[in-house]
Amino acid sequence: MDKPSAMPVDFRHPLQRTPFHERARALSQVDSFVPWSGYSTVDVFTTVEQEYFAVRNAATLYDLTPMVKYRIVGREAVPYLNRLITRDVTKLKVNRVAYCVWCNDAGHLVDDGTLFRSGESEYLLCTAERQIDWLLSSADGFEVEVAEITEQVAALALQGPTSCSVLKALGLAGIENLKPFEIGRFTFAGAPLSVSRTGFTGDLGYELWITPDSALTLWDALMTAGRSWGIRPIGSQALNMVRIEAGFILPNVDFVSAEHTIRTGRDRSPLEMGLGWLVDFDKGHFTGRRALLEEQRRGVARMLVGLDIAGNKPARDSLLYAAPTAKREIGSVTSAMWSPTCKRNIALAMVEAPHFKTGTRLWVDIYLNRELVWERRMCQALVVDRPFFAPERRRATPAADY
Amino acid sequence: MNAPPAAARYDCIVIGAGHNGLVCATRLAQAGRKVLVLEAAAQVGGAAVTREFHPGFRVSAGAHLLHLMSAELIREFKLSAHGLRYSGTQLPTTALLPGGGTLAIGAGMQGADAVAYAAYETRMRRFGAALGPVLAGVAPRLGTDRWADKLALLSLGWRIRRLGRKDMRELLRIGGMNVYDLLQEHFSSAVLQGALGLDAVLGSNFGPRSPGSVLTLLYRLAGESAARANGLAQPQGGMGALCDALAAAARAAGVTIRTDAPVARILVANDCASGVALQSGEQFAAGIVISNADPKTTFLQLLGARYLDNGFVRRVNHLRGKGLTAKLHLALAEAPRFAGVAAERIGGRLLIAPSLEHIEHAYNHAKYGEYSIEPVIEITVPTHNDQGLAPAGQHVLSAIVQYAPYALKGGWAGQRQAFSDLCVATLERYAPGIAKSILGCELLTPVDIEAKFRISGGHWHHADLALDQFLMVRPVPGATQHRTPLAGLYLCGAGCHPGGGVMGTAGGNAASQVLKQARAYG
Repeated sequence: MDKPSAMPVDFRHPLQRTPFHERARALSQVDSFVPWSGYSTVDVFTTVEQEYFAVRNAATLYDLTPMVKYRIVGREAVPYLNRLITRDVTKLKVNRVAYCVWCNDAGHLVDDGTLFRSGESEYLLCTAERQIDWLLSSADGFEVEVAEITEQVAALALQGPTSCSVLKALGLAGIENLKPFEIGRFTFAGAPLSVSRTGFTGDLGYELWITPDSALTLWDALMTAGRSWGIRPIGSQALNMVRIEAGFILPNVDFVSAEHTIRTGRDRSPLEMGLGWLVDFDKGHFTGRRALLEEQRRGVARMLVGLDIAGNKPARDSLLYAAPTAKREIGSVTSAMWSPTCKRNIALAMVEAPHFKTGTRLWVDIYLNRELVWERRMCQALVVDRPFFAPERRRATPAADY
Repeated sequence: MNAPPAAARYDCIVIGAGHNGLVCATRLAQAGRKVLVLEAAAQVGGAAVTREFHPGFRVSAGAHLLHLMSAELIREFKLSAHGLRYSGTQLPTTALLPGGGTLAIGAGMQGADAVAYAAYETRMRRFGAALGPVLAGVAPRLGTDRWADKLALLSLGWRIRRLGRKDMRELLRIGGMNVYDLLQEHFSSAVLQGALGLDAVLGSNFGPRSPGSVLTLLYRLAGESAARANGLAQPQGGMGALCDALAAAARAAGVTIRTDAPVARILVANDCASGVALQSGEQFAAGIVISNADPKTTFLQLLGARYLDNGFVRRVNHLRGKGLTAKLHLALAEAPRFAGVAAERIGGRLLIAPSLEHIEHAYNHAKYGEYSIEPVIEITVPTHNDQGLAPAGQHVLSAIVQYAPYALKGGWAGQRQAFSDLCVATLERYAPGIAKSILGCELLTPVDIEAKFRISGGHWHHADLALDQFLMVRPVPGATQHRTPLAGLYLCGAGCHPGGGVMGTAGGNAASQVLKQARAYG
C-alpha cells in the first residue's frame, strides 16, 4: 500500500493526509471525513454515540496531528513567551504543560493553546489556528527562534478512563505516576515518545507525540494493547461533545480570533471568556495588559457561562432573554448539547452584564424541527459554573486502573 | 536596583538636546518643573549643529537655512538676548541652468511666468497661512469625545472654509495632487517648475510625480507662514548658534543640560517611565521622560519591545523613515564662481533642479536603491554672509543632495567616494574651477547621519512625511499627541506632528501635553 506521503497535495487534492490516515481510512465505517487545518480528518468513524460513550467509559484514539505546533527556542524564550501569553511562564517548570491564551493590543483573544516546556529554554506551543505571523512579529526584539513543526510531529490523543491501563499494557513503565499537565519521556520501538497527561475531554487521558515514521507502529501497538480495554478511534464530533461537558472553548465556535473578526464588538477578551484565571497582571508587561487592566477596572460587559437548561432539547444557536416575554436579547448560546453522562441539558453561552452571575435565571428560546414543522420552546435556564463534568479520575495520581 | 540619590531626581528628563528637546525643556522649566536634558553628543543641537568638518572650516551639519521656526517662539525665548544673530535674512533663491544661465526666482522675473508666479505664490502662501495654525498645534485625534479634538477639527474646517468658495475648492482639489501636475498647470518654464518643485520633495521620499507631494509643499509653506518675518535666514555662526541660543534660554529658565551623556535605556517601574540609565551606568529618576529621539530609537532601542504590545511594535517597525538626503560640505580655497549668478545672490539659495523631469529621473534611481546619476542640489555658500566660518578669504559650500537612499544597493562604504566625486563633478559644471579649489570635502549620507546624529534611518523628518504618517496618525496610532503607550513617556521630536525641519513646534507642543496631563491627574 502507498505511504500517506505518496498522495500528492495539489489543487485536485488540496488536503494533506496525516501519518495515521491509512489506519483511519481502513477503520472508517461511514466515510465521514472533514478538513481541519489543511488535513483530511475523521468526523465520525462509526456512530457519534458509540464514540462518545467510549471516551467516558473506555479508551479512545483521536488523531490530533493537524493541531498546529510551534517550536520556540532561544536565550530569551521565557521573556518572549511572557510578553506573548497572559500567564506567567516563569512558573512553568521543565516537562510541564500549561493551557494559555494570547491577546492583541486591545486585550482581545487572538487564540488559545497549550504550552509545553520541553527543555530549559525550549517550548512547544500547540494552537488551533495558524499563528506564525503573530508569533514572529512578537519575536521582534527578543533572542528567540520560532518555527512551525506541525508536519514533523505525529500526535495522538488517548483519552478515557482505561487510557492509563492501555499505556501500561503498551509497556510505558511508571506511566500511572505521571501527574496532570506533566510530560513523560519514553522510548517506543526505538523512537523517542513523549507522553503528556493532557487532553480536550476533561477525563483521564494522555497525548502522545512521536515522529511521523513511527506513527503507524504506535497506532497498531495501541490498538493491540487496548483491545481488552475497549479502545476505539473517535472523530471530531464525539470530541466536540466531551469538550462541551468539560467546559472547554473552541475558536470560531465560542469565540472568533481578534485577528479574524471584521465587525466591531465581535472580539472577546479572556476576562469575557471566563478565563480571567489565566491572566497574570503581576508578572510584568504582556501584549494587551494595559487594555485588560482597563477592562477589569470598568467591569466586563459580557461573560461566557455555563447554562443548565430545562428539558432535553439542545439549545443550539439560541438567543437568551431575561424574561419569557422580554423583547431584548441578553446573549446567545455558542455550544449546546444534551449531556448523556450528566443527564443535563447543557450549553455554553455569552451573556451580557449583569445577567452572567452564577445562579441567575434566564430564558432560552429553543427552536425544534419536528418532521419539518418548527416549534418554539421558551425554556428556563440557570447560570452554572463550568465544567459540567469533572470526574475525580481526571486528576487522581497515580491514575487508577479501570 | 537601589533608588538613585535625591540629587539625581528630576521632574522631567528630556532625552536629546536637539532644537525640539531644548524648546520642550525650556517650556517645562518655565512652568516650574525641574528638568534635565541629556545629550549624547559633546555639543547641544542634535542635527542642528555647526561642526568643524575640515581644519578651520565650520558648517551647519544638517539643515543650513532657518525658515520654519516661528517668529513668536524666537521672541518669546528671547533668543536674540541669548546670542542669536543673523548673517542674512530674506535670502534669495536662484535656479541654475546647465550651460550657464540662471533664473532669479521672485520679483524681477519676466514674461507670462512672472505673472503666473505672482498669482501662484500669493495663493499658495494663503493656503500655507490657513493651514499654519493646524500644523502649529497638537494634531487632533479622530473618534474621541474630547472637546479639544473636536474644536481643532472644526477650526481646521473653518479655516479652509474661510478661504472662500473658490480657494477652498482649489485647496481641496490640489491637496492630494502631485506637484508635477500642479506646476504644469501654472508655468511653462521648465527651470521655474524645477525650482518650485524641489521644495516639495526636499528631504522626503518623493519625486515630483509622487502622489501627496503637494501636501509636503503646503506643509513647508504652512511652517514658513509662521516664520514669515525673516524668510530664508542664516544664523550667524551656523545652525549651531541657534541651538546654543536655545540652550542658553533653557539654562536661564533653570534647565540642567548634560552633554556627552548618551542614554542607554528608559527605566520602567510599575508600568510607568521612572527615569533613564546612561551608557555609563549612571541613573536619573523622573516621573516623566520625554524623548527627542526618533520613534524607532525611542521605542525599540531605548525602551524595548518587551514593554510594548505586539501590534504597536509592528506599527513602529513599519514606520517608513529611510532617508534619501545627503549633505555635502566643501572647504574651498577661494570663493566659488557660479556662472551667471550675480554677486548679491551668491549668499542665497542656489538650486540645481533644472526641470521637474530632471528631479523625477533623479528620484527613479532612489526607488531602486541607487544614488542619482544627476542629483538635485540645494547649495548655500554660508561664508559669503558669515566669513567667521572659514579662514579669511576661504570659503565653505554646504549642499543638500538628493537622492542618496539610506539602503543603497551594495552599501555606502564602497560608494561614498564615487557619489561624492559625482556631486563635485556636477557642481563643477555650474561653477567651473570649484573642483580645483577644494581643500576638504565631507559627504554625509543617510547612513552617516544615522550614525552621527543617532537618527534611525538617517531621515531628516525621523519618519517620512506622507498622508499616512501625518497629523492624527503621526508617527503611528497609539503614539499620537506626544503620548505613548507607556505612562510618563512622551515624544517631542520630528517623528511627531508636525514633523521635521528646524521648527521647534513638536517640542513646544510636547511640553504643553505633559503639563496638560499633569493638570488632569493632579
